[in-house]
Amino acid sequence: MLDDIDRNIIQATQAGLPLTPQPYQAIADQLGLTAEQVMQRLSVMQNNGIIRRIGAVPNHYKLGYRFNGMTVWNIPDQFIDELGQKVGQLEFVSHCYHRPRNLPSWPYNLFAMVHGKTQQAADQQIQQITDLLGEHNLGCDVLYSTKILKKTGFRTGNPAGNRLCLD
Amino acid sequence: MDEIDKHLINTLQHGFPICASPYQQVATQLGLTEQALLDRLKALLANGTLTRFGPLYHAERMGGALTLAAVKAPEQRYDEITTIINSFTEVAHNYARSHELNMWFVLATETPEQIQQTLSSIAQKTGLTVYNMPKITEYFVNLKLEA
Repeated sequence: MLDDIDRNIIQATQAGLPLTPQPYQAIADQLGLTAEQVMQRLSVMQNNGIIRRIGAVPNHYKLGYRFNGMTVWNIPDQFIDELGQKVGQLEFVSHCYHRPRNLPSWPYNLFAMVHGKTQQAADQQIQQITDLLGEHNLGCDVLYSTKILKKTGFRTGNPAGNRLCLD
Repeated sequence: MDEIDKHLINTLQHGFPICASPYQQVATQLGLTEQALLDRLKALLANGTLTRFGPLYHAERMGGALTLAAVKAPEQRYDEITTIINSFTEVAHNYARSHELNMWFVLATETPEQIQQTLSSIAQKTGLTVYNMPKITEYFVNLKLEA
Protein backbone atom coordinates (compact mmCIF):
# COMPACT_ATOMS: atom_id res chain seq x y z
CA MET A 1 0.00 0.00 0.00
CA LEU A 2 2.90 2.35 0.71
CA ASP A 3 5.22 3.18 -2.17
CA ASP A 4 8.73 4.61 -2.16
CA ILE A 5 7.50 8.20 -2.15
CA ASP A 6 5.39 7.52 0.94
CA ARG A 7 8.31 5.79 2.62
CA ASN A 8 10.62 8.69 1.84
CA ILE A 9 8.12 11.13 3.33
CA ILE A 10 7.77 8.93 6.42
CA GLN A 11 11.53 8.81 6.75
CA ALA A 12 11.86 12.57 6.30
CA THR A 13 9.30 13.23 9.06
CA GLN A 14 10.65 10.64 11.52
CA ALA A 15 12.11 13.24 13.82
CA GLY A 16 9.12 15.52 13.42
CA LEU A 17 7.90 18.25 11.11
CA PRO A 18 10.39 20.97 10.17
CA LEU A 19 9.91 24.04 12.37
CA THR A 20 9.95 26.46 9.45
CA PRO A 21 7.05 28.50 8.05
CA GLN A 22 6.49 26.14 5.09
CA PRO A 23 7.24 22.70 6.57
CA TYR A 24 5.74 20.67 3.73
CA GLN A 25 7.71 22.70 1.17
CA ALA A 26 10.85 21.98 3.20
CA ILE A 27 10.16 18.22 3.08
CA ALA A 28 9.43 18.49 -0.65
CA ASP A 29 12.72 20.32 -1.31
CA GLN A 30 14.61 17.63 0.56
CA LEU A 31 12.99 14.81 -1.47
CA GLY A 32 12.78 16.44 -4.90
CA LEU A 33 8.98 16.59 -4.76
CA THR A 34 6.48 19.45 -4.83
CA ALA A 35 4.79 20.67 -1.66
CA GLU A 36 1.46 19.67 -3.21
CA GLN A 37 2.69 16.08 -3.61
CA VAL A 38 3.86 15.94 0.01
CA MET A 39 0.58 17.38 1.32
CA GLN A 40 -1.48 15.03 -0.84
CA ARG A 41 0.47 11.96 0.36
CA LEU A 42 0.20 13.02 4.00
CA SER A 43 -3.55 13.62 3.61
CA VAL A 44 -4.06 10.17 2.12
CA MET A 45 -2.00 8.52 4.87
CA GLN A 46 -3.97 10.42 7.49
CA ASN A 47 -7.30 9.47 5.92
CA ASN A 48 -6.46 5.77 5.76
CA GLY A 49 -5.09 5.69 9.30
CA ILE A 50 -1.40 5.13 8.57
CA ILE A 51 -0.94 8.49 10.25
CA ARG A 52 -3.03 8.52 13.43
CA ARG A 53 -2.70 12.30 13.61
CA ILE A 54 -0.20 15.09 13.11
CA GLY A 55 0.44 16.86 16.35
CA ALA A 56 2.29 17.31 19.59
CA VAL A 57 3.05 14.60 22.15
CA PRO A 58 3.60 15.93 25.66
CA ASN A 59 5.76 14.40 28.37
CA HIS A 60 3.20 13.38 31.03
CA TYR A 61 5.45 14.28 33.91
CA LYS A 62 6.33 17.74 32.57
CA LEU A 63 2.62 18.60 32.44
CA GLY A 64 2.27 17.55 36.06
CA TYR A 65 0.72 14.10 35.43
CA ARG A 66 2.71 12.14 37.99
CA PHE A 67 0.21 9.33 38.51
CA ASN A 68 0.20 7.35 35.28
CA GLY A 69 -1.52 4.07 35.95
CA MET A 70 -1.95 1.03 33.79
CA THR A 71 -5.24 -0.29 35.10
CA VAL A 72 -5.83 -3.98 34.38
CA TRP A 73 -9.07 -5.89 34.75
CA ASN A 74 -10.27 -9.48 34.58
CA ILE A 75 -13.41 -9.42 32.46
CA PRO A 76 -15.35 -12.48 31.27
CA ASP A 77 -14.56 -13.02 27.59
CA GLN A 78 -18.19 -12.70 26.51
CA PHE A 79 -18.35 -9.11 27.84
CA ILE A 80 -14.87 -7.88 26.94
CA ASP A 81 -15.69 -6.13 23.65
CA GLU A 82 -18.79 -4.35 24.92
CA LEU A 83 -17.06 -3.19 28.10
CA GLY A 84 -13.76 -2.42 26.38
CA GLN A 85 -15.55 -0.03 24.03
CA LYS A 86 -17.24 1.70 26.96
CA VAL A 87 -14.04 2.06 28.99
CA GLY A 88 -12.22 3.34 25.89
CA GLN A 89 -14.82 6.07 25.54
CA LEU A 90 -14.19 7.51 29.02
CA GLU A 91 -12.60 10.88 28.35
CA PHE A 92 -9.66 10.33 30.69
CA VAL A 93 -8.59 6.96 29.23
CA SER A 94 -5.71 7.41 26.74
CA HIS A 95 -5.25 3.80 25.63
CA CYS A 96 -7.59 0.82 25.98
CA TYR A 97 -6.86 -2.72 24.77
CA HIS A 98 -7.96 -6.32 25.05
CA ARG A 99 -4.82 -8.37 25.72
CA PRO A 100 -4.38 -12.08 26.56
CA ARG A 101 -4.31 -13.39 30.13
CA ASN A 102 -1.13 -15.18 31.21
CA LEU A 103 -2.56 -17.68 33.69
CA PRO A 104 -2.09 -18.47 36.48
CA SER A 105 -0.14 -15.38 37.51
CA TRP A 106 -1.78 -12.79 35.23
CA PRO A 107 -5.59 -13.07 35.05
CA TYR A 108 -6.18 -9.61 33.52
CA ASN A 109 -7.39 -9.14 29.94
CA LEU A 110 -8.53 -5.48 29.77
CA PHE A 111 -5.90 -2.73 29.91
CA ALA A 112 -6.73 0.99 30.27
CA MET A 113 -4.24 3.80 30.87
CA VAL A 114 -5.22 6.63 33.22
CA HIS A 115 -3.33 9.83 34.06
CA GLY A 116 -3.74 11.99 37.15
CA LYS A 117 -1.96 15.01 38.56
CA THR A 118 -2.75 13.71 42.04
CA GLN A 119 -3.31 10.28 43.54
CA GLN A 120 -6.86 11.38 44.31
CA ALA A 121 -7.51 12.25 40.66
CA ALA A 122 -6.20 8.86 39.53
CA ASP A 123 -8.27 7.11 42.22
CA GLN A 124 -11.43 8.86 41.01
CA GLN A 125 -10.79 7.72 37.46
CA ILE A 126 -10.22 4.15 38.62
CA GLN A 127 -13.44 4.32 40.63
CA GLN A 128 -15.35 5.42 37.52
CA ILE A 129 -14.03 2.41 35.59
CA THR A 130 -14.91 0.17 38.54
CA ASP A 131 -18.47 1.55 38.56
CA LEU A 132 -18.82 1.09 34.82
CA LEU A 133 -17.65 -2.54 34.89
CA GLY A 134 -19.88 -3.41 37.83
CA GLU A 135 -20.39 -7.12 38.43
CA HIS A 136 -18.31 -8.08 35.37
CA ASN A 137 -15.13 -6.97 37.12
CA LEU A 138 -13.67 -10.21 38.48
CA GLY A 139 -10.48 -8.58 39.73
CA CYS A 140 -8.24 -5.65 39.01
CA ASP A 141 -4.89 -4.07 39.70
CA VAL A 142 -3.20 -0.74 38.94
CA LEU A 143 0.45 -0.59 37.93
CA TYR A 144 1.89 2.90 38.23
CA SER A 145 4.94 3.73 36.20
CA THR A 146 7.78 4.63 38.53
CA LYS A 147 10.42 5.41 35.91
CA ILE A 148 10.77 5.74 32.14
CA LEU A 149 13.61 3.33 31.35
CA LYS A 150 13.52 3.94 27.59
CA LYS A 151 11.38 5.93 25.20
CA THR A 152 12.11 6.06 21.50
CA GLY A 153 10.13 5.55 18.34
CA PHE A 154 10.05 2.38 16.29
CA ARG A 155 11.93 1.27 13.24
CA THR A 156 10.42 0.87 9.79
CA GLY A 157 11.39 -1.53 7.07
CA ASN A 158 13.76 0.78 5.27
CA PRO A 159 17.50 0.35 5.08
CA ALA A 160 18.20 3.49 7.07
CA GLY A 161 16.55 1.86 10.07
CA ASN A 162 14.93 5.12 11.03
CA ARG A 163 12.72 5.54 14.06
CA LEU A 164 9.23 6.94 14.00
CA CYS A 165 6.82 8.59 16.34
CA LEU A 166 4.58 6.25 18.29
CA ASP A 167 1.50 7.44 20.04
CA MET B 1 5.28 27.17 30.84
CA ASP B 2 2.77 30.03 30.79
CA GLU B 3 -0.90 30.18 29.81
CA ILE B 4 -0.03 30.70 26.15
CA ASP B 5 2.16 27.59 26.17
CA LYS B 6 -0.67 25.60 27.77
CA HIS B 7 -3.12 26.78 25.14
CA LEU B 8 -0.60 25.95 22.43
CA ILE B 9 0.01 22.43 23.79
CA ASN B 10 -3.70 21.74 24.12
CA THR B 11 -4.37 22.95 20.59
CA LEU B 12 -1.49 21.08 18.96
CA GLN B 13 -2.44 17.77 20.58
CA HIS B 14 -5.63 17.80 18.54
CA GLY B 15 -4.00 17.92 15.15
CA PHE B 16 -2.20 20.14 12.71
CA PRO B 17 -3.31 21.45 9.31
CA ILE B 18 -1.93 20.21 6.04
CA CYS B 19 -1.62 23.44 4.03
CA ALA B 20 1.13 25.70 2.65
CA SER B 21 1.58 27.75 5.85
CA PRO B 22 0.19 25.64 8.70
CA TYR B 23 2.05 27.44 11.48
CA GLN B 24 0.58 30.75 10.32
CA GLN B 25 -2.89 29.22 10.40
CA VAL B 26 -2.46 27.87 13.94
CA ALA B 27 -0.76 31.08 15.11
CA THR B 28 -3.73 33.15 13.95
CA GLN B 29 -6.06 30.81 15.82
CA LEU B 30 -3.96 31.25 18.98
CA GLY B 31 -3.54 35.02 18.60
CA LEU B 32 0.20 34.72 18.09
CA THR B 33 2.57 35.65 15.31
CA GLU B 34 3.92 32.78 13.24
CA GLN B 35 7.44 33.43 14.57
CA ALA B 36 6.23 33.46 18.20
CA LEU B 37 4.51 30.11 17.68
CA LEU B 38 7.64 28.59 16.13
CA ASP B 39 9.83 29.97 18.92
CA ARG B 40 7.56 28.59 21.63
CA LEU B 41 7.30 25.21 19.92
CA LYS B 42 11.09 24.98 19.63
CA ALA B 43 11.48 25.86 23.31
CA LEU B 44 8.89 23.29 24.44
CA LEU B 45 10.66 20.58 22.43
CA ALA B 46 14.09 21.66 23.67
CA ASN B 47 13.11 21.54 27.34
CA GLY B 48 11.31 18.21 26.98
CA THR B 49 7.77 19.42 27.69
CA LEU B 50 6.91 18.00 24.27
CA THR B 51 8.58 14.75 23.30
CA ARG B 52 7.57 14.97 19.63
CA PHE B 53 5.87 17.16 17.11
CA GLY B 54 4.88 15.66 13.80
CA PRO B 55 3.01 12.74 12.23
CA LEU B 56 2.25 9.81 14.55
CA TYR B 57 2.31 6.61 12.56
CA HIS B 58 0.24 3.46 13.03
CA ALA B 59 2.82 0.66 13.16
CA GLU B 60 0.65 -2.26 12.12
CA ARG B 61 -0.86 -0.40 9.18
CA MET B 62 2.66 0.18 7.90
CA GLY B 63 3.33 -3.54 7.95
CA GLY B 64 5.14 -3.58 11.26
CA ALA B 65 4.23 -5.34 14.48
CA LEU B 66 3.98 -4.33 18.13
CA THR B 67 3.59 -6.11 21.39
CA LEU B 68 3.58 -5.34 25.11
CA ALA B 69 5.70 -7.63 27.25
CA ALA B 70 6.77 -7.79 30.88
CA VAL B 71 9.28 -9.51 33.14
CA LYS B 72 9.73 -10.04 36.86
CA ALA B 73 13.20 -8.55 37.32
CA PRO B 74 14.80 -9.43 40.66
CA GLU B 75 15.65 -6.21 42.54
CA GLN B 76 19.38 -6.97 42.71
CA ARG B 77 19.49 -7.53 38.94
CA TYR B 78 17.19 -4.64 37.97
CA ASP B 79 19.85 -2.40 36.42
CA GLU B 80 21.45 -5.28 34.57
CA ILE B 81 18.09 -6.43 33.17
CA THR B 82 17.28 -2.84 32.17
CA THR B 83 20.55 -2.60 30.25
CA ILE B 84 19.96 -5.92 28.47
CA ILE B 85 16.39 -5.12 27.47
CA ASN B 86 17.12 -1.53 26.43
CA SER B 87 19.99 -2.74 24.25
CA PHE B 88 17.47 -4.26 21.82
CA THR B 89 16.68 -1.73 19.09
CA GLU B 90 13.27 -3.41 18.85
CA VAL B 91 12.40 -2.11 22.35
CA ALA B 92 10.66 1.23 21.74
CA HIS B 93 9.47 1.98 25.29
CA ASN B 94 10.38 0.49 28.64
CA TYR B 95 8.78 1.43 31.95
CA ALA B 96 9.44 0.45 35.55
CA ARG B 97 6.10 -0.36 37.19
CA SER B 98 5.05 -1.07 40.74
CA HIS B 99 4.13 -4.77 40.61
CA GLU B 100 5.73 -8.20 40.79
CA LEU B 101 5.89 -7.84 37.00
CA ASN B 102 8.07 -4.77 37.42
CA MET B 103 9.39 -4.04 33.94
CA TRP B 104 7.06 -3.46 30.98
CA PHE B 105 8.25 -2.82 27.47
CA VAL B 106 6.86 -2.32 23.99
CA LEU B 107 8.49 -4.14 21.10
CA ALA B 108 8.16 -2.72 17.61
CA THR B 109 9.49 -4.73 14.69
CA GLU B 110 9.41 -4.55 10.93
CA THR B 111 7.62 -7.89 10.62
CA PRO B 112 5.38 -9.97 12.92
CA GLU B 113 7.90 -12.84 12.86
CA GLN B 114 10.54 -10.69 14.49
CA ILE B 115 8.41 -10.21 17.60
CA GLN B 116 8.75 -13.84 18.64
CA GLN B 117 12.45 -13.92 17.75
CA THR B 118 13.13 -10.84 19.88
CA LEU B 119 11.11 -12.16 22.82
CA SER B 120 13.05 -15.45 22.70
CA SER B 121 16.30 -13.58 22.59
CA ILE B 122 15.33 -11.41 25.57
CA ALA B 123 14.32 -14.52 27.54
CA GLN B 124 17.63 -16.16 26.72
CA LYS B 125 19.81 -13.16 27.58
CA THR B 126 18.02 -12.30 30.82
CA GLY B 127 17.20 -15.85 31.93
CA LEU B 128 13.72 -14.58 32.80
CA THR B 129 10.25 -15.65 31.73
CA VAL B 130 8.89 -13.05 29.31
CA TYR B 131 5.15 -12.45 29.51
CA ASN B 132 3.88 -11.57 26.03
CA MET B 133 0.65 -9.56 25.85
CA PRO B 134 0.02 -8.56 22.24
CA LYS B 135 -3.16 -6.60 21.72
CA ILE B 136 -6.16 -8.64 20.66
CA THR B 137 -8.41 -5.62 20.13
CA GLU B 138 -7.67 -1.89 20.26
CA TYR B 139 -10.68 -0.05 21.68
CA PHE B 140 -9.13 3.39 21.89
CA VAL B 141 -5.78 5.10 21.43
CA ASN B 142 -5.39 8.82 21.74
CA LEU B 143 -3.13 10.34 24.29
CA LYS B 144 -4.23 13.90 24.95
CA LEU B 145 -3.37 15.46 28.28
CA GLU B 146 -4.64 18.88 29.15
CA ALA B 147 -1.76 21.19 30.00
